Amino acid sequence: MTIGEMLGIILSFAGAFLTLFIASRAYTAAYAFHMFLFALAGFGSAFLIFKRYTNRPAFIPQEIDGRPNYNYGPIQFASLAAVLWGIAGFLVGLIVALELAYPDLSMGLPWINFGRLRPLHTSAVIFAFGGNVLISTSLYVVQRTCRARLAGELAPWFVVLGYNLFIVIAGTGYLLGITQSKEYAEPEWYADLWLTIVWVSYLMVFLATLWKRKEPHIYVANWFTLAFIITIAMLHLGNNAAIPVSIFSPKSYIVWSGVQDAMFQWWYGHNAVGFFLTAGFLAIMYYFVPKRAERPVYSYRLSIIHFWALIFMYIWAGPHHLHYTALPDWAGTLGMTFSIMLWMPSWGGMINGLMTLSGAWDKLRTDPVLRMLVVSVAFYGMSTFEGPLMSIKVVNSLSHYTDWTIGHVHSGALGWVGFVSFGALYCMIPWVFNRRLYSLKLVNWHFWVATIGIVLYITAMWVSGILQGLMWRAYTANGFLEYSFIETVEAMHPFYVIRAAGGGLFLVGALIMAFNFYKTLASPEEAGAPEAKPALAPAE
Amino acid sequence: MVDHTHQDIDAATGTATTGHEWDGIKELNTPLPKWWLYVLYATMVWSVGYWILYPAIPLPGGQTPGILGWSSRGAVTAELQDLQAQRASMVTQLNNSTLQQIASDPKMAEFARAFGHSAFGVNCAPCHGSNGQGSKGYPNLTADRWLWGGTLDQISATITHGARYGDPDGHQGDMPAWGTAGLDKQQIENVANYVYSLSHKTTADVSAGQKVFADNCAACHGENAKGNPDVGAPNLTTRIWLYGGDKADLIQTITYGRGGHMPAWGSKLDPATIKALTVYVHSLGGGQ
Repeated sequence: MTIGEMLGIILSFAGAFLTLFIASRAYTAAYAFHMFLFALAGFGSAFLIFKRYTNRPAFIPQEIDGRPNYNYGPIQFASLAAVLWGIAGFLVGLIVALELAYPDLSMGLPWINFGRLRPLHTSAVIFAFGGNVLISTSLYVVQRTCRARLAGELAPWFVVLGYNLFIVIAGTGYLLGITQSKEYAEPEWYADLWLTIVWVSYLMVFLATLWKRKEPHIYVANWFTLAFIITIAMLHLGNNAAIPVSIFSPKSYIVWSGVQDAMFQWWYGHNAVGFFLTAGFLAIMYYFVPKRAERPVYSYRLSIIHFWALIFMYIWAGPHHLHYTALPDWAGTLGMTFSIMLWMPSWGGMINGLMTLSGAWDKLRTDPVLRMLVVSVAFYGMSTFEGPLMSIKVVNSLSHYTDWTIGHVHSGALGWVGFVSFGALYCMIPWVFNRRLYSLKLVNWHFWVATIGIVLYITAMWVSGILQGLMWRAYTANGFLEYSFIETVEAMHPFYVIRAAGGGLFLVGALIMAFNFYKTLASPEEAGAPEAKPALAPAE
Repeated sequence: MVDHTHQDIDAATGTATTGHEWDGIKELNTPLPKWWLYVLYATMVWSVGYWILYPAIPLPGGQTPGILGWSSRGAVTAELQDLQAQRASMVTQLNNSTLQQIASDPKMAEFARAFGHSAFGVNCAPCHGSNGQGSKGYPNLTADRWLWGGTLDQISATITHGARYGDPDGHQGDMPAWGTAGLDKQQIENVANYVYSLSHKTTADVSAGQKVFADNCAACHGENAKGNPDVGAPNLTTRIWLYGGDKADLIQTITYGRGGHMPAWGSKLDPATIKALTVYVHSLGGGQ
């Protein structure tokens, strides 16, 4: 038994007994339930480490016949988790969309009212779906582009399983009413602490794999992943600085107050978009688009300049979420001007993604996976133009608090993050499971159904958002507001129905994808790695 | 980073690669697109210009004000002042006129209705509905039925002082909870049957209920059950009901009593707004 395995078992037991002790004195039943979940995970992890020890070969080689012995196990787990969480998250999104159109739908049940389901939806799609896509693809890409096996044997598994445990704690917490009420950072202090441990492990695994690389240079995708991991760690620690009421209570109080808290929240919130949903997914784009198109990346120079410009500019843009509030004007100016300067650095990624297709545009006709990847880049370009536009104060005075913002987020979330993730999963799941993708025809169906869904969604939200903004500010000739708030809500109803229909189509597309993967995994393993011809790799 | 001695030229574009390869991926050494670079510079120049014109830099003594002297607080104050200036002459007229004068002068009445509609949407619509149509527990303001009277002065008094809201001048009357105030279940059912019969044809004998009514209810609702706006007792002889008119609703109302609250807006809204609201509500269809 290695020292790591022994330490793993000891820490698992220690964690399990500690959380059992906390559960025995917990102030609330929901908190005790969470501590039991941790304890269960601790015992389970000790068992799994021991079982693995009894089954594994005495020595795991870094290379076999001069080729890297890639570690695909954690990637397989995280990629399938992404598919499942994605469907759960899209489904909850559809339910909250229907609750907005038909408010009585929650039937007075607290667990499924809009206030609890909305963070469940956002966390499920961003952190559960998006997070598992990011972790699985980044661990794949870093191995392949470094020609090195992942660093550590237990550590990558800890990252993947620990992250998904965090998701379960966060999601069940929302339904039970545990929240610190910070948008996109709702989990309470104990879940945040656990995520910190997992995230630092992720950083260590990633850095150590880069360290032992066999390539002289670090590939651009890995720069973006590294920026994503480090910045998310910083944002997470800053925005979640809180003092728990007691170790036996789920409740904590945030150390920031008033406008400083708001400022911290949107520094976090905007950079969750910038580094989680942009930098992390650009890393995916930089590997999977050239790989699938079998073309070189368009411009190395552009990738350097836009990388540094992007990560430097993004971090300042947060205050544009707080225009016309108690935030001082100088901070609003800073957020707005940096958002404008961010436009070209964002588009650098779009140019590099689209222009990589030069010489291979014809493949879009025949390869729906590549089409999905390319359309995602187009949506990325559209959203990153719309974002700076909406950050301008006069535009923001119309768009702020309206559905326009929701439409903007979803053109990025469904169009860019969703499609680039689907494209990457369609490539990577067959690669890591050594199977041929069951049906390209179904991918084509997924593509069109989801695209129509996105178009319905974002056009409905544009119209309703702008209508809403104009109604709020409409004055009569006598100088009085023309509409009451409730009249603007009534006017939104048809658009909310269309939005739900769009979201429903997007969910149908994801179900088609899940079926395709199910049939793929049910098929027999191939001898060589299928499609897109990656270098031969021995199965784990 | 480009290895010039062994240039690897990409056939499709004629551009050299950087000479590296990662898992089969190469990178072209294409220069930055000119338009991209110039737009990037332009956004930077624009931003610096904005910093000079607008508040931008936090300093120990406060932020730099910018050449234009703009501030978001100043901007909203100016907009509100413009709005007040636009309304000022008419608002002064409202303040100097009685409710009856306002309602009978076409120009003032039109202004007051526009003013009242806006104030109603913000303050009243959450309970009374965006058109004053009400809902269960919240009176309909568009019909000729008033708990506390529908003349201009009565409406104004209700808005100003509210009902059961702690204002000593507000309306106070409660419908008692007869389930604990002297009636047994059978009596309550009898009187509910009687009240129901006042607005529905029936052949059943309701004389038992009629006696209970005369002994207990008539004091407020009147011998003929037509109600009394002085104590907020509703007319029970029509099919318009604030808390529902089927027998189960009636039994619930009689057993547990009723006493809805209406805020005393006199402490929240200025006199002109209350006058405007009064004229607006009076004009919704039921003004007396």
